[in-house]
Amino acid sequence: MQSDSDFESKSGPREDEMGLLTELKSSISRATSSLFAGSEPKRIGIYGPPNAGKTTLANRIARDWTGDAIGPESHVPHETRRARRKENVEIKRNGKSVTIDVVDTPGVTTKVDYKEFLEHDIEKDDAVRRSREATEGVAEAMHWLREDVDGVIYVLDATEDPFTQVNTMLIGIIESQDLPVLIFANKIDLEEASVQRISNAFPQHETVPLSALEGDNMDEVYDKIAEYFG
Amino acid sequence: MPEITTDDDGEGLGDGIQIDMISAERMQDMRTMEKIRLILDGVHDGNIVILEEGLEPEEESKLIEVTMSEINPDGFTGIEIETYPGGDGGDSGFLGRLMGKDEPNKLTVIGPANRIETLHKDETLISTLITRT
Repeated sequence: MQSDSDFESKSGPREDEMGLLTELKSSISRATSSLFAGSEPKRIGIYGPPNAGKTTLANRIARDWTGDAIGPESHVPHETRRARRKENVEIKRNGKSVTIDVVDTPGVTTKVDYKEFLEHDIEKDDAVRRSREATEGVAEAMHWLREDVDGVIYVLDATEDPFTQVNTMLIGIIESQDLPVLIFANKIDLEEASVQRISNAFPQHETVPLSALEGDNMDEVYDKIAEYFG
Repeated sequence: MPEITTDDDGEGLGDGIQIDMISAERMQDMRTMEKIRLILDGVHDGNIVILEEGLEPEEESKLIEVTMSEINPDGFTGIEIETYPGGDGGDSGFLGRLMGKDEPNKLTVIGPANRIETLHKDETLISTLITRT
């Protein structure tokens, strides 16, 4: 039987050489692709609690730059129950262009009760199915956050209290991943909106006010997306 | 280390609600999934779990993910979780500390979503209403 030390002495140097060659080829490939094809689009996850307006924002961005929507919008919580991606969204700002993949994610929560759907005139069977899909969607969103996004747009409803446990945890998780993050204070078209309350809650991050529904302040939104994720 | 158990298997507790206060020492050598199971097993039994020292962000992320996978329309509806930062008198300010990261020793309260409701939270007080099912 071959010992570990035998294995290392016979195959180690060859593996190192192969590793160096592979690394060199990979570096050349990366340099070539960046020279001739530009860098890969960054995947920007749109996160936040349910009903913050994530899909409305994702649709606004997608429509403005590609002409297509990402998914249906609704006032019913957990309408988005699967992460949806719009690839190669090219945003042009100040003579430069930034290409991103927009990932619209289900609203994150720590609880889902199918009875909440019944309040929106949804039949029990449908409510149970929706709640099951919602739980899968939240788990999927958390997985994306740990593994598959390069930056985060965190959307909050500016009419709601931002000091919630879900917001605290999500921002902590995003920060622990060292991901660039922009806070979007959505729904500023509503009278009771308070952008300042959100700025105060997240002083360590930039807060951008907007109304995704009305298209208010979208110029600044796109400037910031280009600045942070370009 | 002894397991956390309910002496009478949850029977005969009458109107009582079990509260498990778990020390940092008990958690320190556990892997992420061991911590999550310790928490969720208690919550599934209807207990309120209080952690002397909260979870890391990565562990909180996994806790949400596992919680979602265990929600059942006929029973478990998820968790309520509340944390406040440790009062170390740091210079980051109340708001920064409340929403910030890297706060060690943050006491954390976790319970079944249908039994625990947060009434008030600030930097020094978490006030919750615990109800019987």
